Amino acid sequence: MNTPKNYRWRKFVDQVMRGSTVFATGCAVIPLIAIIGYVLTLGASALSVQFFTDVYQPPNMAQAAADGSTPAFDPNDPFAGIGVPTDGSTDGTTPADGAAAADVYAGGPVGGVLHGIIGTLIITGMGLLFALPIGIFAGIYLSEYRNERYSTIVRFCCDVLSGSPSIVAGVVIYILVVIRSHEFSAIAGSLALMILMIPIVTRTTEEMLKLVPESMREAARGLGAPTWYSTFTVIIPAALPGIVTGVMLAFARGAGETAPLILTVLGSNVISTNLFAPMASLPLLAYRYTESPYPGENTLAWGAAFVLMMLVLVMNILVRVATRRRAGASR
Amino acid sequence: MAKQQHAESWSNGKSVFRHGDVPFRIGTVVLASCVVGLVLAMGVIMFVSSGEARAAFGWDVLFGQVWNPVATDLAAPTFGAWPAVRGTLLSSLVAIVIAAPLALGIGIFLAELCPPQLSTPLSFLVELLAAIPSVIYGVWGVFVFVPFFNQVFSTPVSETFGDYIPWLAGPVATGRGVMVTGIVMSIMILPTIASLTRDVLRLVPNTQREAMLAIGATRWETIWLAVVPYSRAGIIGAVMLGLGRALGETMAATLLIGNSQRISPSLFAPATTAASLVANELTNSVSTLHESALITVAFALFGITLVLNLGARLMIWYVDRGMAGGRS
Repeated sequence: MNTPKNYRWRKFVDQVMRGSTVFATGCAVIPLIAIIGYVLTLGASALSVQFFTDVYQPPNMAQAAADGSTPAFDPNDPFAGIGVPTDGSTDGTTPADGAAAADVYAGGPVGGVLHGIIGTLIITGMGLLFALPIGIFAGIYLSEYRNERYSTIVRFCCDVLSGSPSIVAGVVIYILVVIRSHEFSAIAGSLALMILMIPIVTRTTEEMLKLVPESMREAARGLGAPTWYSTFTVIIPAALPGIVTGVMLAFARGAGETAPLILTVLGSNVISTNLFAPMASLPLLAYRYTESPYPGENTLAWGAAFVLMMLVLVMNILVRVATRRRAGASR
Repeated sequence: MAKQQHAESWSNGKSVFRHGDVPFRIGTVVLASCVVGLVLAMGVIMFVSSGEARAAFGWDVLFGQVWNPVATDLAAPTFGAWPAVRGTLLSSLVAIVIAAPLALGIGIFLAELCPPQLSTPLSFLVELLAAIPSVIYGVWGVFVFVPFFNQVFSTPVSETFGDYIPWLAGPVATGRGVMVTGIVMSIMILPTIASLTRDVLRLVPNTQREAMLAIGATRWETIWLAVVPYSRAGIIGAVMLGLGRALGETMAATLLIGNSQRISPSLFAPATTAASLVANELTNSVSTLHESALITVAFALFGITLVLNLGARLMIWYVDRGMAGGRS
């Protein structure tokens, strides 16, 4: 170990390194503020009543509708109505001879994401319904029979599920459901999200049940209640706020997952409530609209990102408030 | 009245409630086994479905150079995912090289140096970063970070050093590439590593710090020579978990890396990752062999993250038990 002999030098190193940890923290906070700031400002500017009440509108159709003209759709030339410069210039201006064609590159955002919001609620809600029984009972098992060797295995499998890439859940459900049924479906997406939500629900349930003081279990036992009765009437009610927050976090995580949905739900441009057909979803829309060449759709991507971000922020802040109050009350 | 009867029937042991424990235990064990079963089933399903490609190409599915799903007159379809594996490794390497030292700094600041009033909101902010869906990082990366990075870093650097150092060579083109993906992924994995590092540093017993301070060490020497070595295993575990997250990251990579099968030495050039390859091609697969090759790639991803998780959990568990006595 090389100990610097000079005290001043040691003080200097101390200051520099302490400063660099502050710098590192700043490095984490700056992108966070940048991301949240951009999504909130650009996303909020994309919001409108239409954003929440309308579904997908093809750019040329919507533009023509705004002009009051009906687009002449020719199946042999589907791009006829779209104002793409034909003379090779790339400045996005409409050539003079195509003045009747709407310039889709100059247009603002058209259409909305109502189909995505409905789809996300249905897919994530169904996924949560599938995940809840397994997650909560596995959590009860891990907490109430915590010293068994088998519980270590269950805990490890939970960690594997939460650590494995989300695309893997999509691949498994793709093999199991989509290939067999020859169709992308909302229910397949829910099953994939179930795989991702189970570990979150399980671990929070376990942690929250472990927070319930042992004395409450002993009191219930002392009154003659069997384990199952005390679990359902004493321990779970005591831990309920914590479990609910865990469920909310699982919902927020599931609502933001995109990769498994690409392989299972595929996406849709209309409002669909058929569980056995492809369905739209908010993160999928954010993904597809980001890759879209139309600025209007890119704006919609920011809007979708805004809605997702708000969902996550609100859930996390609610959880934070709920757990803080809990921690304060138990003291 | 009913309640009283209730209590009486319990005390004389004739209650139906007494016999609930066995079904309760069976029920919880069965549902908990669903979690175990799920992991096993995922492994088995992917193993079986990847059989066709493994039989046809062996290890070449992962390490072969050519990924050509379409049969042409000149060549039969070949599946070698090395471009994707290489892209995954490179982008994760960039991510971990940036994120690990920063996260260590953040963990040290949050656990040791930060005033307590600041610690809670900062921890919350850092954890919020972990909760943001990856597609939002992708959207932000495409519209904000890629143009910014392209203008401020990639273009000038590739123009100055690109001629001498092949990894920094141009052309920068769209700006999407390995380096940008790695940086955005480093932002994504930063909170994972930082919060775990903070947790393991907090587990270090205070005697460790007091002994060091008592012999006249500065705060930094205390941290660097007494606290960090004590929890070294846990910090390595945290970095491994972060690496696992970076390897499996799909959406940010798909949006930012450019999805090109060409292998280029430059970090600014578009590439592809294993996860984005699967996300892009599985739904459009042209043959069962193609499908099977993609499933093999996903299976490899699952296996690698499983090993990383196992290692990381073991290390963190080691620290938790207070068995890591590494002192320099």
